[in-house]
Amino acid sequence: MKDKFDNEMKLEFISKSSNEAFARVAVAAFAAQLDPTIEELADIKTAVSEAVTNSIIHGYEDKQGLIKVMCRLIDNKIIIEISDKGKGIEDIEAAKEPLYTTKPNLERSGMGFTIIESFMDSMEIESILGLGTKVTMVKTIKEKVENEEQEFQMLTNE
Amino acid sequence: MESKFYEKDKLLVFKMTDEIDDHNVQKIRGKVDYEIERYMPKRIVFDFDNVSFMDSAGIGLMIGRYKFATMIGAKVEMTNVQGSVKKIFEMSGILRLIPIIEDAKAS
Ligand SMILES: Nc1ncnc2c1ncn2[C@@H]1O[C@H](COP(=O)(O)OP(=O)(O)OP(=O)(O)O)[C@@H](O)[C@H]1O
Ligand SMILES: [Mg+2]
Repeated sequence: MKDKFDNEMKLEFISKSSNEAFARVAVAAFAAQLDPTIEELADIKTAVSEAVTNSIIHGYEDKQGLIKVMCRLIDNKIIIEISDKGKGIEDIEAAKEPLYTTKPNLERSGMGFTIIESFMDSMEIESILGLGTKVTMVKTIKEKVENEEQEFQMLTNE
Repeated sequence: MESKFYEKDKLLVFKMTDEIDDHNVQKIRGKVDYEIERYMPKRIVFDFDNVSFMDSAGIGLMIGRYKFATMIGAKVEMTNVQGSVKKIFEMSGILRLIPIIEDAKAS
């Protein structure tokens, strides 16, 4: 039997802010199989940090709950799903707008979703009030130019 | 994070070190505000050279410090801002308020 995905992993942890670093580092370690550049890896880490932080501070607020992170690899693509069973988003379109935040008093800037959209190739938000939120993001890791080819190009450019 | 105050220029420099995220930002904010209140500088520079990670929590942190600094009549600048930290600040539009400078000492 052939699996639909080349590889797959799932994490589940409670909504503590100390798990933000754990989640982004774990996903980055998994993504390393696709041989990303340092910049691509930084993009993935930042996007994961944004979504996990949102689940903690907006989804669960002061309550404790579970956050799930599901990662799949297919060809040179990583698909990351981050979900909570928190309070949900009332207006998804508004939430995606830059500078939109429901917690300005906590020094939030309302840039989380904007950063995810710009650092990843795509982002999709599903949310039901009172039930929770799921953010799915995809990034294609670019093909690296072979070293020999690069050297050849550098020589011919001169 | 370390900070250094240059009395002559009333310049306060913060060498940022932690990963700047939601978890760490509260601690950083407390320390920074404490030092600002203590020295009442005219100029504050945040050095990002040793920051290995930052997400949107860093934008909120800088906007908050900018507001505080403006209240006491200090100007705020950043230096050694690179890579994804730079991308995030560019996206947020705060560089209009808090410019990036080459060197903390060049006034
Ligand atoms: N998991 C979630 N559960 C409930 N509400 C959410 C969730 N994620 C985001 N939101 C809502 O969407 C808004 C926008 O999120 P976004 O991450 O863009 O900004 P922010 O978290 O408010 O600020 P920043 O990320 O810049 O610190 C939030 O203010 C919140 O109202
Ligand atoms: Mg956010």
